[in-house]
Amino acid sequence: MSDEISPPLDRTKPAAPVLYLDGVSVVFDGFRALNNLSLVVDPGELRAIIGPNGAGKTTMMDVITGKTRPTAGVVRFRDHDLTRLDEASIANLGIGRKFQKPTMFDALTVFENLELALKAPRGPLACLRWALTGEARRRIESVMEEVGLAARAQDRAAILSHGQRQWLEIGMLLMQDPELLLVDEPVAGMTDQETEHTAALLVRIAGKRSVVVVEHDLEFVRALGSKVTVLCEGSMLSEGSIDHVQNDPRVIEVYLGR
Amino acid sequence: MSATLASPAPAGTGRLTIRLVLLGAVLLLALLPALNRLPADSALHVSDFIVSITGKWITYAILALAIDLAWGYAGILSLGHGAFFALGGYAIGMHLMRLIGPRGVYGHPTLPDFMVFLGYKDLPWYWLGFEHFPYAILMAMAVPGALAAVVGYLAFRSRITGVYLSIITQAMTYALMLAFFRNDMGFGGNNGFTDFKELLGMPLNTANARAALFYASLALLVASVLICARITRSKLGRVLVAIRDAESRVRFLGYDVTRHKLFVFVLSAMLAGLAGALYVPQVGIINPGEFSPGNSIEAVIWVAVGGRGTLVGALLGAFSVNALKTWLTTVAPDLWLFALGGLFVAVTLFLPRGLVGLFSKTTT
Repeated sequence: MSDEISPPLDRTKPAAPVLYLDGVSVVFDGFRALNNLSLVVDPGELRAIIGPNGAGKTTMMDVITGKTRPTAGVVRFRDHDLTRLDEASIANLGIGRKFQKPTMFDALTVFENLELALKAPRGPLACLRWALTGEARRRIESVMEEVGLAARAQDRAAILSHGQRQWLEIGMLLMQDPELLLVDEPVAGMTDQETEHTAALLVRIAGKRSVVVVEHDLEFVRALGSKVTVLCEGSMLSEGSIDHVQNDPRVIEVYLGR
Repeated sequence: MSATLASPAPAGTGRLTIRLVLLGAVLLLALLPALNRLPADSALHVSDFIVSITGKWITYAILALAIDLAWGYAGILSLGHGAFFALGGYAIGMHLMRLIGPRGVYGHPTLPDFMVFLGYKDLPWYWLGFEHFPYAILMAMAVPGALAAVVGYLAFRSRITGVYLSIITQAMTYALMLAFFRNDMGFGGNNGFTDFKELLGMPLNTANARAALFYASLALLVASVLICARITRSKLGRVLVAIRDAESRVRFLGYDVTRHKLFVFVLSAMLAGLAGALYVPQVGIINPGEFSPGNSIEAVIWVAVGGRGTLVGALLGAFSVNALKTWLTTVAPDLWLFALGGLFVAVTLFLPRGLVGLFSKTTT
């Protein structure tokens, strides 16, 4: 690294980006879900992604997590080329994902869901031999406290309310101890109070890790106080603070001013 | 301080009851061959028929456990487990054929009768080693395990699930049936193997042999329950349930789903193979009919009727459906297939959790 010699500006000094997308395109049967998309996320950064339906937000997450292979472009996480890895390997590198529709294991309890997500050897024999240590138990309990589910530890996930399911999935992300969290619409269907709580939680998580949040709710995005990227038709339309983005005429035209 | 917290697994009286019931059932079963020795006019005498048919059902129960482990827990609905069972049966059958020696109709010192009849000069290479009992038992596990590993690897790696996987396994058992019907496969064609004389120095078709095979089957059943319970109550068991309910979500948690499914599928096939190896000496015959797709489907119905996703359900289903079959095929043989189909439809519609669902409120 040569940036010690002549650092031109302070904000270029941080280490290499955690996530680096360059010229990424995804074509489904001639439809361009992503069109030459570029995105850079720095270590510890909290980033909000907004955009109208069909802008490619979820496809972008699918590309990063290995569910969809890009037709063209570069997708890197630290030094790893994500276009060559499968979902499990990418997750083990340190990328966690929360889905738009909360997805967990309904037959298992809150505790068991978190236990499965806990960072530990993932092979069949390792799982067979796995014994819950005091340390692992304390980690699970501290995450249950953090997402407000401590009282529901022994309840099956199937009987949680919608907001609690969202939090359980965020809790599962935390158990994975990822370096980068991808969070797809975390406050859909939440009450105002739950939304506030979630925003505070995500702000707290970022800093130690990088967090990318996809969201429609602009009040929530404002509460995050982060840099905002606006996607439209598979490309980046605008990027900057929420005020900058909200005043960008192109953004107003395609999204905000509808 | 962590010791004061509740165990994460819901333990309690329910599990204790199940253990006591299982223990009682095993002890009761263990009495049958002993009661068989009582004089025929004794009130407690148990007939040869009861002992041999119960011994057969015990091997079916092991097959049901194997299917339940793959289907009830990991969501792999195999409609080809009868093939693993039959391959295990053929492995022990080859051993039994080798033990006949010069006592065959043609009196050939090494070649089984059907080979003499078909003009074989020497034993085919794949028959070598089967004169040793441990080798035959090893093959009864290794051959089904290897087949499951190949079929499973190709299917799971390509993410073939649900009904497509079921169709592939069904095709697998059908293809094996057709192959084993061919005389030049070297497995006795459509007659298969029969006229077995002895096993481990014990003449078959004697009360002693019946009792020994019965206890061997019972021991394997107990071992299978313990192995399956060890798996289903571990974190691996919870990973399997997670795969069953939301396979792709498990991948995003960093689990290599293909490896987990392969592990349980191969283990399940090996258990089924061992069950088949205990079944064949008890019924005294193995032929390609054991590969028929209907057999595999019937075994899946045992599990569905008993209650998939619980080990007790698999056992209950195997014993109850086979008891019904034995009774019905005696009083009204033509009705059996209608009853079996009707049973499956009725259970699917009205008892999705099987007979076990009648007794318990909890689910896995």
